Amino acid sequence: MPKITFIPKGQEEIVIDAEVGSTVMEAAVRNGVPGVEAECGGACACATCHVYVDEKWYDKVGGPQPMEEDMLDFAWDVRPTSRLSCQMKIVEDWDGLVVEIPEKQA
Amino acid sequence: MSEAITTDVVIIGAGPVGLFAVFELGLLDLKCHLIDILDKPGGQCAELYPEKPIYDIPGYPVIGALELIDKLQEQIRPFHPTYHYGQQVERVERLAEGAGFRVVTDAGTEFLAKVVVIAAGGGSFQPKRPPVPGIEAYEGTSVFYSVRKMDAFRDQEVVIVGGGDSALDWTLNLAPIAKRMTLVHRRDDFRGAPHSVEQMRKLVAEGKVDLVIGQVQELRGEGANLSAAVIKKNDGSVVEAPATRMLPFFGLTMKLGPIADWGLNLHENLIPVDTEKFETSEPGIFAIGDINTYPGKLKLILSGFHEAALMSQAAKRIVDPDKRIVFQYTTSSTNLQKKLGVN
Repeated sequence: MPKITFIPKGQEEIVIDAEVGSTVMEAAVRNGVPGVEAECGGACACATCHVYVDEKWYDKVGGPQPMEEDMLDFAWDVRPTSRLSCQMKIVEDWDGLVVEIPEKQA
Repeated sequence: MSEAITTDVVIIGAGPVGLFAVFELGLLDLKCHLIDILDKPGGQCAELYPEKPIYDIPGYPVIGALELIDKLQEQIRPFHPTYHYGQQVERVERLAEGAGFRVVTDAGTEFLAKVVVIAAGGGSFQPKRPPVPGIEAYEGTSVFYSVRKMDAFRDQEVVIVGGGDSALDWTLNLAPIAKRMTLVHRRDDFRGAPHSVEQMRKLVAEGKVDLVIGQVQELRGEGANLSAAVIKKNDGSVVEAPATRMLPFFGLTMKLGPIADWGLNLHENLIPVDTEKFETSEPGIFAIGDINTYPGKLKLILSGFHEAALMSQAAKRIVDPDKRIVFQYTTSSTNLQKKLGVN
């Protein structure tokens, strides 16, 4: 199982074992990571599961698809490595992935 | 204020659960008025995921969210519910003992109802506030999240932020009357209708609209009067756009809103209810669907449907305390079939 590190703004980091094939949002919610709200439940419809992918990881993880990019317009404080975690399907390769959680989702 | 509307039941929220409540209450001869802050029925189904499939509605291996709403509306049509859209309920006040409630919306519509059903899901949809420090100070005087009167923007230096249809439409509509119009978006790609994008580009080419690709970082002004927006462009440079009015369009988010002020017991922004009647701490006020909580609660549409059915029995006892409720099936009862208009 790939390990993913979440860094909620101003809080201690949380390392979890993530399931391949599920999304980073689901991994966060299942493990009670604070700050990932996912109001819409993962439908790429609300921009409240917004995360910043660690710069070192961004190229490997890749950027958003057009629908996600559109939805990112609604996210709070968008940065160059912003992604919606419900659209990030975990692969084996992502072992060690680090994502930061913004101060707010909306 | 116009005359109050008298009805058996006011349902707050026209999402799937609020709609189905009309059916269950209708079978028991209770008349309903539905109020929703959105301009359409469906709640989250309509606003968040209209095109998405739902897989756990009994009898439908798969159904689109908006399709479910259409079917629910069709199902409740025999009961002639009245819809009140684009309004938020601000007050729910108990009248004298046994007389029910007065319900008042922000549009001034007033209802007198024996029973109030809160089916408000995740709360009411409200415009998202962009991450600009101190923006609250300008809200209502210089910063607006919708356009109520175009005249408020005449001869003003207007900054519109966003890349969807609202941002584009208002850029096009207000540019001719504004003193100056700046459109700010985080990328040079717009979600809005292609025709609107084209027209906006034309105005930019003609020098009638300034287009800045970047994000508003800071606001300048005195007291509640805005004078400029500081924008960080994507190339790292910073520009200042004159701004006496700003319109951010960042979509909607759900907030509990005025429900918190109605004297109900709340638990983490949810309304605790019993599982026999789904009644709140206030007798006569019920809460069904995602907005309620009880041991074992699951936020499923199908749970909300069940809650609506049981709530209706209790509501009937309040509205018609002297009538005995005879339990009947729609399959076999000629009485229910008459109400449904199928017999």
